[in-house]
Parts: sequence; C-alpha cells; structure tokens
Amino acid sequence: MLRRTFTGLLLATALVTPALAEDVTIKYFTFSAAPNYLKELDATIAAFEAEHPGIKVEYETAGWDAYFTKLQTVVAARQAPDAFELNYENFVTYADKGALADLTPLIAADTGFSTDVYNPTALAAFAQDGKQFGLVESFSNVVLFYNKDLFDKAGVAYPTADWTWTEELEAAQKLTDPANGVWGDFAPIQFWEFYKTIAQNGGSILSPDKKTVTIDSPQNIETLTWMIDKVNKYKVTPSDVDMAGQSSEDLFKAGKIAMLRTGIWLLGDFAANAPFKWDIALEPGKTQKAHHFFANGVAVSATSAHPAEAYQWIKFLTSSRAAVDLRIAAGWELPAVSDAAAVQGYLDQPIPESREVVFQALDTAVVPPVIGNWNQLTDAVGKELEAAKLGQKTPEQALKDAKVAIEALL
Amino acid sequence: MSPAAPRQKYLALAVLLGPSLAGMFVFLMLPVASSLVLSFSNWDLIGEIQWIGLDNYVAALGDPVVLGALRNTLTYILGYLPATVGIALGLALLLNRRIRGRVVFRAIYFVPVVTSWVAVSLIWKWLLNPQYGLVNVALGWFGIKGPGWLFDPQWAMTGVILTSIWKDIGFVTVIYLAGLQDIPEHLYEAAALDGVTGWQRFWHITFPMLVPTTFFVTTISLISSFQVFDQVWVMTQGGPAGATSVMVELIYKNAFSYYRMGYASAISWVLFALIFAVTIAQHVLQKRVDRSDG
Repeated sequence: MLRRTFTGLLLATALVTPALAEDVTIKYFTFSAAPNYLKELDATIAAFEAEHPGIKVEYETAGWDAYFTKLQTVVAARQAPDAFELNYENFVTYADKGALADLTPLIAADTGFSTDVYNPTALAAFAQDGKQFGLVESFSNVVLFYNKDLFDKAGVAYPTADWTWTEELEAAQKLTDPANGVWGDFAPIQFWEFYKTIAQNGGSILSPDKKTVTIDSPQNIETLTWMIDKVNKYKVTPSDVDMAGQSSEDLFKAGKIAMLRTGIWLLGDFAANAPFKWDIALEPGKTQKAHHFFANGVAVSATSAHPAEAYQWIKFLTSSRAAVDLRIAAGWELPAVSDAAAVQGYLDQPIPESREVVFQALDTAVVPPVIGNWNQLTDAVGKELEAAKLGQKTPEQALKDAKVAIEALL
Repeated sequence: MSPAAPRQKYLALAVLLGPSLAGMFVFLMLPVASSLVLSFSNWDLIGEIQWIGLDNYVAALGDPVVLGALRNTLTYILGYLPATVGIALGLALLLNRRIRGRVVFRAIYFVPVVTSWVAVSLIWKWLLNPQYGLVNVALGWFGIKGPGWLFDPQWAMTGVILTSIWKDIGFVTVIYLAGLQDIPEHLYEAAALDGVTGWQRFWHITFPMLVPTTFFVTTISLISSFQVFDQVWVMTQGGPAGATSVMVELIYKNAFSYYRMGYASAISWVLFALIFAVTIAQHVLQKRVDRSDG
C-alpha cells in the first residue's frame, strides 16, 4: 500500500514537472579564473546551483596565452561552450562575426532585473548597434605606481594629480641613479601604451567614426618622440637591452624603477612582495589626462542549445552579490558593478594608501580603437613603433608607415 | 605455398599498416586537402565560408608582408644551411677517426637533436641574454662587447640561426657518418699506394663519394628550413620590428591571430609550391651530377 502510493507520487511528480526530470548543463569557458581563482569560481558556481536547481555549470579554463586560440578552434568546430569570457577587443571581433547570442530579449523578459546594477560605461562596451551581446564582468586599468623610498632618498616630492610630463621628467632625472642601477621612469614602447599616451597629448589613432586614420598627426609624432627620448636622450628609462628580458614589475619590486605605469592587476603582487613603501597616483599627461580601461565580459554563444540558462549563469557571475563579494575578497579583478557599497571592501584594503585612484582614473578612461582586423592592426602598428624605438625609422616615418598599414586594413 | 598465402599477406599488411595509415589520413591527408580547399575561401573560423576563387593567391603574391617574411626565410636558409652541412661534415670526419671516447662524442653531438625545440630555444634565449647570457659574458673575456642579440634587429636572426645550427648538426653528422662508412676501404688503400695523402685524399675520394649524402642532407635541411617556426616563435615571435618574421610564423599569425584561415592556407600552398620547385631543381641537378660522374 505504502509502496503503491509512493510509486504513484513519483509518477505524478514526473508528469507535473517534466522540466526537472533532467538537469540542464551549461558549459563555461574562462581565462581569468585560471590558475589563481579556481576556488572562487567553484564557490560562485556552488552558490549559483543552490539558487538555480536544475541548472548545472561545468567549466573549462585556459591561460590567457592559449585561450583565444582554443576558443576559436571550438567555435570553428561548432562546439562552442554555452557561455564564455571575452575581453573587450575580442568581444568586438566575435560580435562582428555573429558568434554571440543577442541578450536584449532575455534581459527585457527578465522581470525584476535591471542592467542598472552595472557600471554603464563598462556595460556599454559589450553592446553593438543597440543590442547587448555580453554582460560586463570586470574591469581593470593602468595607473602610475611609485616607490616612495626612492622618492624620499632623492628628495623628490611625490607625484600629484596635477603633474604633467614636464614634472614627471624632472623627477625621473633626479631619481635615476646609474651607479645603483635605478631608473627614474618606465613605460613600455608598444601599441597599448602608445594609444593611451597619445591621448594624453590630445591625439588618436582613428577619427571618432573610425573612418580616417589620424595616427601620423604632429602631436602623435611629438608623443612618440617623447616616449623614445626618455630611453635614448634623457636615459631615465631602461632600453630592452638594459632590461635584458626582465619584466618591469620585477624591476619595480627589486627597487630598480622609481615610477612605473602598469596595471592594477599587480596591486596584490606588489602589496605582498614589494619590500618598500609605495603608492599609486593618476598618470601625468601633457595636455590632458588619459588612462587605460580594460574590461572583460561574458557572452552566450549564438549556437547554445540553452541560451536562457546560460544567461542566468552569466548574470549571476557578473552581478550577484555572492559573486561580487568573492571577487573583491580574492582580488580577482574588479567587478564592474555600479553599487559603491559593493566595492567598499576593495577600498578598505590598506596597501596602497591611495586605492581611490583606481576609480578616479575611470573618469579619463580611453578605450582601444577596436576595428574588425584588430590583431592585424596591433601587430602592424606595433612593428612600426618597434622600428622607431630601435632607431630604424624616425618617429615621423614610422607613424606615416603605420598610417598606410592601417588604411589597408579598414 | 598455399593459394591462401597472398590473401593472408594482404591481411597482415592491412592489420600492420592500417593504424598508421588511418592516422596519416586523419591527421595529415585530410588537413592538407582541407587547407587546399580553404585556400579558395575567406573563412574566418567563426562565420560562414565564402568562396573567393584565386583572390587569396593574388593577394599573397603582392603582399609586402609575405615578401618580407620570404626574404627573412631565405636569409635564415643562407645562414643556416651551408654552416650546418659544413660543420656536420667536419664533425663526421673527426668522429669517424679512431679517437678515444668516440661513442661518447657521437652521443653528445646527438643530444640536441632529440631535445625539444621549445627547451632548446629557451636555453638559447638565456645564453643570448645581452646582460647575463653566457655568450656575451664569454665575449667579454676577450674584450668584445656582445650585441643585443634577440633584442637587436641586426642580430636577432643570427641568434636564431646559431641556435638552429647547434640543434641540427648532430642529425646531419649522423647521416654523414653513415655515408663515410659506406666508402669502400680499398679506395683509400689504392690511393695510399699511389702516395695520396691528407687533403687530396679528402678532395678526390671522400668528398666525391659523399655527393649523394650531401644531396640528401641538403634537400632534407632545405625543406625543414623553409618551414622554420618553433625556435622563432619561442625566441622572438618574429621580432624585433619584424626582423625574424618567417613564412610559417606568418601563416600561424594569419590563421590563429588574424582570423584569416583562407589566406593562411593560401600562403601555405605558396610555400609548398616553392619547396616543391626547389626540391625538383635539386633532384634534376643531382641527376646531372651523377651522370657526369658516371
């Protein structure tokens, strides 16, 4: 009797809730979690699965260097994961090629959810032609790191927000100490540094409509000359041969670089491993301020069999309080949420003192001038910048040649 | 012999060769055929395939980047091939003598051949480090200030070539050793009776007898040096300022970084045609040399 009732109950349950009969499994592919934040990812997934019974998340990871080769291979093989991470630049490529699902209808149908939870600038980066093709997951930027001990030793005042390149160079010259192998200033001479630095002098690579190439403007020539002069003329920045394959962050940690323009992803490393006092400041500009802005987003594959469930997962990953708290606590980049209270934990960490600079820098953020042939553009321009850096071409000639190369790609 | 024997023989052949033939079909023939087909398309790996006829080939032959990579590849071959073959021949002559520890030396010269390219490239990257590398330190003992090697566009290709020579001479040496052992001893005995010694012995007996071996190693090395990639990718990624950008590196970048699989396939086939033509030319030359000898 009891058994019959039980069987009947089971049957009834199966008939009433067919959706629960089988779990939906979402495949997720990520680079930012590997290898340091797998614990946080596991915890985020556990929280998600507890809140969404019937949806399971399986993930695969790849390091940054291999991630995009792997991703395009599985996409080409028509085996794209349901959801995957994309940095802003690659997002544009994938969205252009129609590989991403349009999330706009899913967001519209999602009652009780508003995209106001995201930082609007950061979210807008993952939209195209008014359609939301991804949700913004995190952002990072680049600021000026400086070694306070070296400044004190040289008797130079710390950088302030109103410094320009002039004050920076003066300080760098006083800080440079060849006898002890100390360099005053460092910024790499490569594509990413270039598009930001030219913005500090009012320049750009492309016109706002991305139709005209403006890379060889007089102020850009002046900017590139300045970047190279710091190495060759003023000798406040080490050359590639001087650095001999050592990274600028290692030299900074060794107390060999006084001022370093680099990313906030190094805050944790420096806080743990730099045996001296240091802080961060806004970058000096020439005519205006400009700071890098890098964003990662998560998108749903256009070929996913479960776009609705995949959307639930990426929404949770990017905006839920549980995920945001896990991120902040671990220093796993910065969640791009609009709620100031949510990121308070980030500001409260003691080292470095001026953490608010990270958010101040967002006011003068420049995004890379991404076009369809983005990787070709960065390689072609990078090669010309390298030729100028190595003295094979004048800055003027290098930028003229870069212009020709970009025009062929547009 | 029973009439079943041939059938059994074919069965044995199928069983024994089947797995490797299947592997070759799936992992070599199929991709080769696909790349030929794709070379007529503008496939970007992600979107749909569109057929564009010979456009990729036309573009490739007029592309200054492709021509630059071809020029760098030829520079590499010019630096690498004669030195490798020459040094290997010298080593083979030395290792063919009855010297103490001959087996040990032979093994030592062969070790780099069986070492992975990535490991070799990383080690040489350190050896060639301008500040801390052993090469520049050693040059410093003689009062020579070493160059920036991989950071200097004038020297980067030389660094790559040195690495490649170091890795490959062992292989060529072994083939030369085999060639040397095939030279009949009586030729030297007869020459000795005629009073031939030293250099003449090499020039009139050893070298002519090694011509087939030389053709073989030159062909093999030429084919592989047209395809130089691993060491370039690990050591310089084609830099600085494109000084070591070579054909296969360009193919890789187009396929996996620029989303231009069709164009990358077309460049591959241009490279294949080039290697094929050079190999045929060598073959014809060898035949002519053989005939003039006989």
